[in-house]
Amino acid sequence: MAGAASALFILDVKGRCLIWRDYRGDVTSVQAERYFSKLLEKEGDIESHGPVGYDNGVTYMFIQHSNVFLMTASRQNCNAASLLLFLHRIVDVFKHYFEEFEEESLRDNFVVVYELLDEMMDFGYPQYTEAKILSEFIKTDAYRMEVTQRPPMAVTNAVSWRSEGINYKKNEVFLDVVESVNILVNSNGQIIRSDVVGALKMRTYLSGMPECKLGLNDKVLLEAQGRSSKGKAIDLDDIKFHQCVRLARFENDRTISFIPPDGSFDLMTYRLSTQVKPLIWVEAQVERHSRSRIEMVLKARSQFKDRSTATNVEIQLPVPSDATNPNIRTSMGSAAYAPENDALVWKIKSFPGNKEYMLRAEFSLPSITSEEATHDRKAPIRVKFEIPYFTVSGIQVRYLKIIEKSGYQALPWVRYITMAGEYELRLI
Amino acid sequence: MSGHDSKYFSTTKKGEIPELKEELNSQYKDKRKDAVKKVIAAMTVGKDVSSLFTDVVNCMQTENLELKKLVYLYLINYAKSQPDLAILAVNTFVKDSQDPNPLIRALAVRTMGCIRVDKITEYLCDPLQRCLKDDDPYVRKTAAICVAKLYDINAELVEDRGFLEALKDLISDNNPMVVANAVAALAEIQENSSRPIFEITSHTLSKLLTALNECTEWGQVFILDALSKYKAADAREAENIVERVTPRLQHANCAVVLSAVKMILQQMELITSTDVVRNLCKKMAPPLVTLLSAEPEIQYVALRNINLIVQRRPTILAHEIKVFFCKYNDPIYVKMEKLEIMIKLASDRNIDQVLLEFKEYATEVDVDFVRKAVRAIGRCAIKLERAAERCISVLLELIKIKVNYVVQEAIIVIKDIFRRYPNTYESIIATLCESLDTLDEPEAKASMIWIIGEYAERIDNADELLESFLESFPEEPAQVQLQLLTATVKLFLKKPTEGPQQMIQVVLNNATVETDNPDLRDRAYIYWRLLSTDPEAAKDVVLAEKPVISDDSNQLDPSLLDELLSNIATLSSVYHKPPEAFVTRVKTTQKTDEDDYPDGGEPGYSESPSHAVDSAASPPATSSSAPHAAARQPVPATPAPVPDLLGDLIGLDNDNNGNGAIVPVDILHEGPPLPVVLPASTGQGLQISAQLVRRDGQIFYSLLFENNSQIPLDGFMIQFNKNTFGVAAAGPLQVPQLLPGTSASTLLPMVLFQNIAPGPPNTLLQVAVKNNQQPVWYFNDKLSLLVFFSEDGRMERSAFLETWKSLPDSNEVSKDFPGIVVNSVEATLDQLAVSNMFFIAKRKHANQDVLYLSAKIPRGIPFLIELTAVIGIPGLKCAIKSPSPEMAPLFFEALENLLKS
Repeated sequence: MAGAASALFILDVKGRCLIWRDYRGDVTSVQAERYFSKLLEKEGDIESHGPVGYDNGVTYMFIQHSNVFLMTASRQNCNAASLLLFLHRIVDVFKHYFEEFEEESLRDNFVVVYELLDEMMDFGYPQYTEAKILSEFIKTDAYRMEVTQRPPMAVTNAVSWRSEGINYKKNEVFLDVVESVNILVNSNGQIIRSDVVGALKMRTYLSGMPECKLGLNDKVLLEAQGRSSKGKAIDLDDIKFHQCVRLARFENDRTISFIPPDGSFDLMTYRLSTQVKPLIWVEAQVERHSRSRIEMVLKARSQFKDRSTATNVEIQLPVPSDATNPNIRTSMGSAAYAPENDALVWKIKSFPGNKEYMLRAEFSLPSITSEEATHDRKAPIRVKFEIPYFTVSGIQVRYLKIIEKSGYQALPWVRYITMAGEYELRLI
Repeated sequence: MSGHDSKYFSTTKKGEIPELKEELNSQYKDKRKDAVKKVIAAMTVGKDVSSLFTDVVNCMQTENLELKKLVYLYLINYAKSQPDLAILAVNTFVKDSQDPNPLIRALAVRTMGCIRVDKITEYLCDPLQRCLKDDDPYVRKTAAICVAKLYDINAELVEDRGFLEALKDLISDNNPMVVANAVAALAEIQENSSRPIFEITSHTLSKLLTALNECTEWGQVFILDALSKYKAADAREAENIVERVTPRLQHANCAVVLSAVKMILQQMELITSTDVVRNLCKKMAPPLVTLLSAEPEIQYVALRNINLIVQRRPTILAHEIKVFFCKYNDPIYVKMEKLEIMIKLASDRNIDQVLLEFKEYATEVDVDFVRKAVRAIGRCAIKLERAAERCISVLLELIKIKVNYVVQEAIIVIKDIFRRYPNTYESIIATLCESLDTLDEPEAKASMIWIIGEYAERIDNADELLESFLESFPEEPAQVQLQLLTATVKLFLKKPTEGPQQMIQVVLNNATVETDNPDLRDRAYIYWRLLSTDPEAAKDVVLAEKPVISDDSNQLDPSLLDELLSNIATLSSVYHKPPEAFVTRVKTTQKTDEDDYPDGGEPGYSESPSHAVDSAASPPATSSSAPHAAARQPVPATPAPVPDLLGDLIGLDNDNNGNGAIVPVDILHEGPPLPVVLPASTGQGLQISAQLVRRDGQIFYSLLFENNSQIPLDGFMIQFNKNTFGVAAAGPLQVPQLLPGTSASTLLPMVLFQNIAPGPPNTLLQVAVKNNQQPVWYFNDKLSLLVFFSEDGRMERSAFLETWKSLPDSNEVSKDFPGIVVNSVEATLDQLAVSNMFFIAKRKHANQDVLYLSAKIPRGIPFLIELTAVIGIPGLKCAIKSPSPEMAPLFFEALENLLKS
């Protein structure tokens, strides 16, 4: 199954090649452009096309980012997962370099882009994608002068994500525990799916090569240590670690130990599929009066403890596309009709726990409709919110130990926040 | 840190090249650097700046790393077009490969490996040798990959210089990154070689498993992919391996996770303890589910793989069906795949919830998705007997919404439900009949008519219903006509009254006299004869009990599934096709200088070109041997074996609905466009392009069908008239239904000497193609002798001389081609070698070059060829000698076509 990419293309929205790097000399940019323009012709909407396509003996895989497409071409049975992920990493690296990664910034930096493509991939094999380290030896014009012109040790080290000799006056670590709640409620009001995806996002400003050890209220660990889990321990379904975490060690004794990269990264993500009570529950009543008007009553209820407060709550209610003359009243917050999305958007800045708010809306409908009116797309009600200082899972950081041979003291700061992920209620 | 490079794109159009030339030769460093940037910018936008080659290369010797990189980039792109000038760069390359700065050393080897020019390659060997042993791991990891590059250009050189051994040594390197790249390089080399080069022993295994813990995420993927081929000795070893790989399931990189899953699944086959297996399944489920939180493109790859995994290990995700429920904002290609997996995981336990979901999807906007959702309900009904009734009631609810395409799709699946559970749900027929008028798609119409015919005795007005279709009989598509014919016969047999009798007459008349569709006509005649000779027998035949159909949602062939599972995460697992079906990497045949002087007589000589030819087709070892053997046999009366490639490709892609949109059907078409043999104007919108081709020692008819008509076309068949070589199809033509505006290509395997036309040889190949919707199309194609030249046509020099002498002079035919110019002997020989005309010797006669070649057509008939030309001057003389001189005109025509292009 050995196989690699033949070439890498960056195309504009019209499918023209902006930049391409040939790795194997068996696919030309003309072929790639021809394939892509075929694709653009065939699918009105390029996004509906799958990311993998075949044309004339060549497999193309692409992703989109802002107004450019990144595409690989291959004639072999290459690792599709790895190459597609690699394309996403290229985007990350370019974003690190140019802040905005789009057609304009590509042209402005094409020399660096070529240099990066040369370093990140060799003969079609992904090589190295640590933006931070890459920028130590591949620099844009403004920083050209300070180039070390030697590959940093990190490129080939076992610790490939951190350079040596980093120094901060004040050693600090910020740890954000962010949980997104995904929920799917069907038209009977039944919760058919609910899960929590959490992430431990870290920002490290630490000198030297710090050894870190993170302790969570992980049930498996606490039980293994023979401690009674006093109700607080949690059982995580699946945990994914940043490559800095020693996986074999975790497998052995559930210890999360690592040498962190410098700056921000996601230390770990986890998933929890226990049924949770929806934090914000919405009930909707819709009444259509013949073909003249439509009346909607919406009730939103917060189902968490009084001491927490949801902020930036936004409830999107689908509205028929031919509705006009909105007449809206709310008991809290403000609501506006967004005809471009066929939706009514209700915003509540602050929504304390155990409260209920109402919205009433009335729209006029045209009295006649065309015979062959296609039925409306049945969009769900969607909810966005954030609840600071709160996690659904109850995850807690018990400690974060940082040991560096110079023996400095580092300060860890931990924050918790819960927010809505894919929060969909198919109530209408 | 944004740059301002865009200014380099805006150079003045007029006199651009001379201006750049001047700037490149400027005495100021900065100006030269800017000029090179402009050149690269021009190259990027597709302008040809190859004429600046010398000037750019002159900038190569510089201390400035950025400038050096740009010049290298230029070289990669243009060295091939200027091979003679590329040699200018060699000195700098060699010097750079010894630079004190490891970045520059690595850059030099990396770039040299990318320049696919023979002359450069020769100079690459020494620097590469040094770099493989460099102190700096950065240089070694680059050199490791470079060996794979060199192998791709010149495999022999790699073997002769012992680079393979050096590469194998790198597996024990103390740097994990070097190890990972060495593994990637070796795995690729192994793929392209028939000899065992990279065999993983238990010793290397343990070394690689250790490296796994330390190398980068990409390196982990290389190692896991290579290790998944390892066959553990016993269950114990398998368990040990799995134990060391499972921690990878926690990696944030999805590719690492998938490759780890692949490896675990492979080893699980050996593990006998059910506890261990159950435990592993439990461990793999959460990571697989988490893949669905990745970017949509990754989700898509994951879903295609999960589809395979649940076919082999249904228990893994049996309780996780909810995670495959579609989200509102999922891209359509993700939704389609989720649906497919939902059907696979549907069970009596969860069917209620699943049906509720399908019903929800059936009211979405995307028509394809809606159709698939409706079909999914039908497939669940067929799969789960106890849920069938609930499925049907959901379908009936959907029919009531009266959305046209939903109704039609529902009727199609209800027909299948009837076929699965005969005499169970006929009570709903009345409801179906209400939608009769709205049906306008052939498949739905045909399904409805089938239902009416099958249950004619229970439908009071069956005759009226069928009659309403009869009026438009001649205009209906073939699919509907066939069903109408059968349904009317059934009706008549069940209710032999006057009305149906009249109807049957109309139908039989229409279907025999008025139609030119042979299928319809034949079927009508059979019915006619049956009915007129023995109506009772007709009843026995037509109304016989039919076999019950079965669920088709778990449908991959076990051996194909095995192969696909061993290819998890790769394209093969995305396409659900074995790699041979789409891998088209063709190695460029290398000509070394020795080829011109066969007298050298080294033992290695005769080996090398045939090796090159073998790898040119780069087939899997399984399929290459059989056709070769067949070609050598003098009596090829039996059909030649069809390579596995086609069997797998055509026979096993059962997923006729799901993947169509995602994996285009033109999976086999490559190379230049095929000549059009039936233009759309003649074919009522159907255009056929076709050509005989030779692949892998086997002759195929490569066909491309393009449907520019307004109706879907299906039921394609093909026939070949008698011809000189007796070329005929080795199997049925496999073309899927072609919707309007789509195309499909196929490779039809051919056999020889099946229906030989008498008379002198000619190139005429008459072909007839038909489908269910249109009349039969006839067209003429040409037999090119080139495709008949077999791979074993090489003659020893002595044999050549002997044969030449033994044949009488009357067997020699010659012809002049005033229009052909031979510009390079080498290029011409390459061209001829591709068509299996093999070079024997060359001599100079005055200013003329005389080339001797041999070729062989089936039944072992040799052709001895003499070509005479003056390089660069039009005019080529060709003389051939063969036991079958009557073939000479065909030969000359083929040769002319080949060399003219």
